[in-house]
Amino acid sequence: MNDEAEFLEYVQAGGLVETGDWMPDEYRARLVKFIEMHGNSELMGVLPEREWILRAPTLQRKLALTAKVQDEVGHAQLIFGVVEDLGKPRAQCLADLVTGKAKFHNVFHYPTHTWGDVGVIAWLVDAAAIVSQKALLKCSYAPYARIMKKICWEESFHILHGRDVVLALVTGTDAQHELVQEALDRWWGPLMQFHGHPIPAGEDPMVVWRIKSQGNEEARQQFLDGYVPQVWELGLTLPDPELRRRDDGVWEYTEPDWDELRAVVTGGGPCTQDRLDLRRRFLEQEAWVREAVLA
Amino acid sequence: MNERAQILLELADDELVIGWRDSEWTGIAPTLEEDVAFSSIAQNEIGHARAAYELAARELGTTPDELAFDRRPAEYRCAPLVELRLLDWAHAIARRYLYEQLDRARIEEMKRSDDAELASLAAKIDREEAYHRIHAELWANRLRDDPRFSQALDDLRPYAEATERVARTQEFAELWDEMTSVRRSMPGAQW
Amino acid sequence: MIFEVFRQEKKGQPFAHAGSIEAPDGAFADAWAREQYGRRGESEALWLVPRVAVREVHDFPDEFDLKYRRVDGYSLKVRLKEARERAGTNPSRAR
Repeated sequence: MNDEAEFLEYVQAGGLVETGDWMPDEYRARLVKFIEMHGNSELMGVLPEREWILRAPTLQRKLALTAKVQDEVGHAQLIFGVVEDLGKPRAQCLADLVTGKAKFHNVFHYPTHTWGDVGVIAWLVDAAAIVSQKALLKCSYAPYARIMKKICWEESFHILHGRDVVLALVTGTDAQHELVQEALDRWWGPLMQFHGHPIPAGEDPMVVWRIKSQGNEEARQQFLDGYVPQVWELGLTLPDPELRRRDDGVWEYTEPDWDELRAVVTGGGPCTQDRLDLRRRFLEQEAWVREAVLA
Repeated sequence: MNERAQILLELADDELVIGWRDSEWTGIAPTLEEDVAFSSIAQNEIGHARAAYELAARELGTTPDELAFDRRPAEYRCAPLVELRLLDWAHAIARRYLYEQLDRARIEEMKRSDDAELASLAAKIDREEAYHRIHAELWANRLRDDPRFSQALDDLRPYAEATERVARTQEFAELWDEMTSVRRSMPGAQW
Repeated sequence: MIFEVFRQEKKGQPFAHAGSIEAPDGAFADAWAREQYGRRGESEALWLVPRVAVREVHDFPDEFDLKYRRVDGYSLKVRLKEARERAGTNPSRAR
């Protein structure tokens, strides 16, 4: 097969693509960009969380949080392996990340302030991510679909850990309950933006090429349906007075701030530069080590 | 404090603090594969600390978390080597390498103890430390010709040889401050 | 060097490809694969193979439809019916 139309028909009929197969240039380019962004997000997601490993208030929480962050790094390893096999070496991906050429998801551009953030991130940010990741199990590019299996399996622990942290706080003192509520109030905006601007499936190239099997709005609806009731049942509120589930099952909400999303993912988030600087600093500092072990 | 509790606290404090230091590398280690492996070592160490704190806690009538987090800095009994903040790889690996040598001697002695609980704890720890030793050897071997590594070993050897175990350094005070910040913000709370 | 990692989940099961690791040598690959594919005790064993040692075989032509080698290459119904009728053991007759 070396015809784009034939290839499109093939993937739309459920056909799977392996590393050595012929693929249209556009498919390969979109794939690399998408998967690379995922890898970058796993790597950048580590930075807000790792500070709290050092501050974890019990041995159990310290272990669980270390394991979670370790998983994210492990995911990055798997993901960049897939990108490398598609033709873009890991070192190039990392270089593009720290120079701001490549993007990572909005949620990892924001600061963390309290232990409440730790719970909210592990529970709800990971939940939002897992909705997308489960849909990627059906990706037409088989090597990516295969690593998603391990990733989804490990993410399920993260959500449980997050929920456990939140539950401990909401059943603790008033001050602890307030830690979660305050964090939730700050994270809800970015969470609503996370799945991206709604794009009709027919107009979303990622869906057309069967890289994604689910549109942005579908993912957001799934997230809301799964998690808003869980938030409300804990006596927590969400800072959107318009948020409600219609009788037909569709969730209504205040239009997310798409300008904020655009500004953040293009490098203008509150923590973007600091975090990229940290990554760059350690990349440069430890370059000699990579030469010693990878040359 | 009796000798048994003393031994357990020294072991636990060493493992807690080196585990804390090693977990500072999670997310920023030189390669992704090494990041994952190094993080496992850190978790093992915290696990060892927890097991030792559990035994000590029973002796002292408290809980592992209270021992790990609620003492004043001067009450910790960790070795000078583990307190150091070492955020460059040559020193981090050199410290692991030196620590494993010290720890091996201590664990071998504990394994021979008449105290069945201590001997059993030591045996369990040793089975995991075997992999830490392999890891340290791998790196020491790989970096043996690199002046950064040999310099780091030279820098750290005096600390490895020091025997005083009262944590009085500014570095430890800063570590303790960060480590206990959330817990101190709401004393007595469940997390 | 890239190593391909094959993972056996439980004793008795086949080793399935799980991913790849970049390492300077086998010893580093062992240490790193152990944590990437076994830190949760999720693997019984791993095989690590340098990628250069893996040989790929594709393309299996079957131009002349040699079905006799497969189960779907046999249709016994007609002959079986005839044999049973002859032997008087045809189930519909026996009723």
